[in-house]
Amino acid sequence: MTTNDMPRWATGIVLPILNLLSALLVTALVIHLLGENPVESMQILINSAVVNPEGLAYTLFYASTFVFTGLAVSVAMQAGLFNIGAEGQMYLGGLGITLAMLAFDATLPWFLLIPAGMIGAALFGALWAFVPGYLQAKRGSHIVVTTIMFNFIAASLMNFVIVRFLIPPGEQNTASRVFSAGAELPRLSDWLPWLGDTPLNISLFLAIVALAVYGVMVSRSSWGYKLRATGLNKHAAHYAGVKISTTIIVTMLISGALAGLGAVNSMMGSTHYLSLNFVGGAGFIGIAIALMGRQHPVGIFLSALLFGALTQGGFDLSLEKPNIPPEMVILIQGLIILFCGAMEYLYAPALIKLIKGKQA
Amino acid sequence: MSFEDLHLGSIVVSTVRNAPVLIFAAMAGLFAERSGVIDIGLEGKILASAFVSAAVAFTTQNPWYGILAGIAVSVAIALLQGCIAITQKGNQLVAGIAINITMSGLTFVVAQYFFQQGGRTPDLGEARLSEIVLPGSAAVADVPVIGWIWTQLLGGHTVLVYLAFALVPLVHWVLYHTRFGLRLRACGENPHAADAAGVSVERTRYAAMLIAGILCSFSGAYLAIVQSGFFLRDMSAGAGYLALTAMVFGNWRPFYTFLGCLMFGFFGAVQIQLEGVDLPVVGRIPGALIQMVPYVVTVIVLAGLMAKSVAPKAIGVPFVKSR
Repeated sequence: MTTNDMPRWATGIVLPILNLLSALLVTALVIHLLGENPVESMQILINSAVVNPEGLAYTLFYASTFVFTGLAVSVAMQAGLFNIGAEGQMYLGGLGITLAMLAFDATLPWFLLIPAGMIGAALFGALWAFVPGYLQAKRGSHIVVTTIMFNFIAASLMNFVIVRFLIPPGEQNTASRVFSAGAELPRLSDWLPWLGDTPLNISLFLAIVALAVYGVMVSRSSWGYKLRATGLNKHAAHYAGVKISTTIIVTMLISGALAGLGAVNSMMGSTHYLSLNFVGGAGFIGIAIALMGRQHPVGIFLSALLFGALTQGGFDLSLEKPNIPPEMVILIQGLIILFCGAMEYLYAPALIKLIKGKQA
Repeated sequence: MSFEDLHLGSIVVSTVRNAPVLIFAAMAGLFAERSGVIDIGLEGKILASAFVSAAVAFTTQNPWYGILAGIAVSVAIALLQGCIAITQKGNQLVAGIAINITMSGLTFVVAQYFFQQGGRTPDLGEARLSEIVLPGSAAVADVPVIGWIWTQLLGGHTVLVYLAFALVPLVHWVLYHTRFGLRLRACGENPHAADAAGVSVERTRYAAMLIAGILCSFSGAYLAIVQSGFFLRDMSAGAGYLALTAMVFGNWRPFYTFLGCLMFGFFGAVQIQLEGVDLPVVGRIPGALIQMVPYVVTVIVLAGLMAKSVAPKAIGVPFVKSR
């Protein structure tokens, strides 16, 4: 037996769980070396991320953003494209929202404002992904390097745009003006008061809709078939009549639009203005989510929840434990990508032996 | 400041001082990638080595111990990367990115734990590498042009700067004129042919990763104990990625890669010089836009509009021995 013909429960469930446990074990070791109690830390983390209703609401709030960046990376991965640029695409998506809001939030009612913001986000995210997609399709430039460059360009560009054009006169804070109340997404705590004063909003349902649409489009539509064929074997797909360059460009447009939509939750749902570096690594978390969720909608949802819980729980943990700064979460992310992405088959040989032993 | 205040001389000198970070990393990447292993984890190795060399240099008050510790850490990471890419045949891109993210978090957490200064190490003070004053500097210092060349352009740098510039011809010689270089390139171009010729692809690639680890550590050490004199969170600021693109720009050849590094070093120097300067015609260019220039140039190069770059054929492909 090789890794390819292992049963689906083994590659889809057992291996990811073993990998995740390994990442957490290394994290526990680091926490121990920092002089804190790993078990106690884990209890604080779980308690403040899942058990406490307000914490759970925050976990779901972060997860709503991560679903979009995770989907963005996943859809590109299906076509064999490694989109590292979700960070920059989401940043530009934020600019799209801001421009739409600055133009319309005084005149349009809320039920038109929210779609306008979403269109702005998707449009700008897609545009930012278009150039790397086009260069990959037509010029063969490696998408990994171009999307990394576009992240850097986005950071400088947004710095320039915010400082030069968006800071309201007389303000010191490097951020745009606050949008009008009509641009605020309805919060779930309006209907469920026990969630407390949390930014969890209807984006959660948008994220679930996006997951369902992704699932149907990728595995049930003819477009999804072309997409996956391109990812599995470009030459075979081309021979079967798939236009490779069109598929690559369209996929990157969709990927960028999804990453851009990630900004809707964090800006229209929570802060209501554009600030410097508001993305804060959500695009990179998207890479981890896509890898851990194996580009499957259910997997993406579960991984987004996990990373949402880590973000929320890690924040509370850093408040309670002086030796654990909030940056610990970045380390955990990296370890999860390392174990679940790069070393995903670390335990495969042992597992194969175990399965074979049972069969014999 | 006006246009006349743009000192061409100081731009040249700071180009020379900016370039070593990129040269070391790019030469490291050159070894890894010519052997067939994608090294997108340069950034993480630079960061780890920068932190460890700064921390050890501060603690021992000796820059050389710092450099040695940096080498050890960077080599350990490179070998882990090699283990994933060569033995486990995992995804090399993902491994590199994971290393970059992990190191960005880990260096901060550990720096905060040991020094409690917001993820910074204390200033190294005397524990920085000293600058070399060339003999006769005092005598020629006042001579126009020659004095500047002797004291500022050629002299007044640390050992690592000279090492970086000497490295380029050395790497060229190793790659193209030694048996090891030939085998290395064979493993990157056609590992099956190399295997058939009796070369151990695995061992060659591990050797390449080992060299990459050592060279990359100098990049971090230079950043921390020469350029700034302390470690700061995420202080590599994309240098690893820039080195990688210098390599793509240079077609995976040492001299052209070196030119790419100089170009990026030059833009870095110009950016600082142009900050707040009124230029004719265009007026004042904001720093954020100048910061963008190297990345835009890289994209243009990648698009093949300036030169077409051809990667080693077997890059990123784990070698599976055919039976």
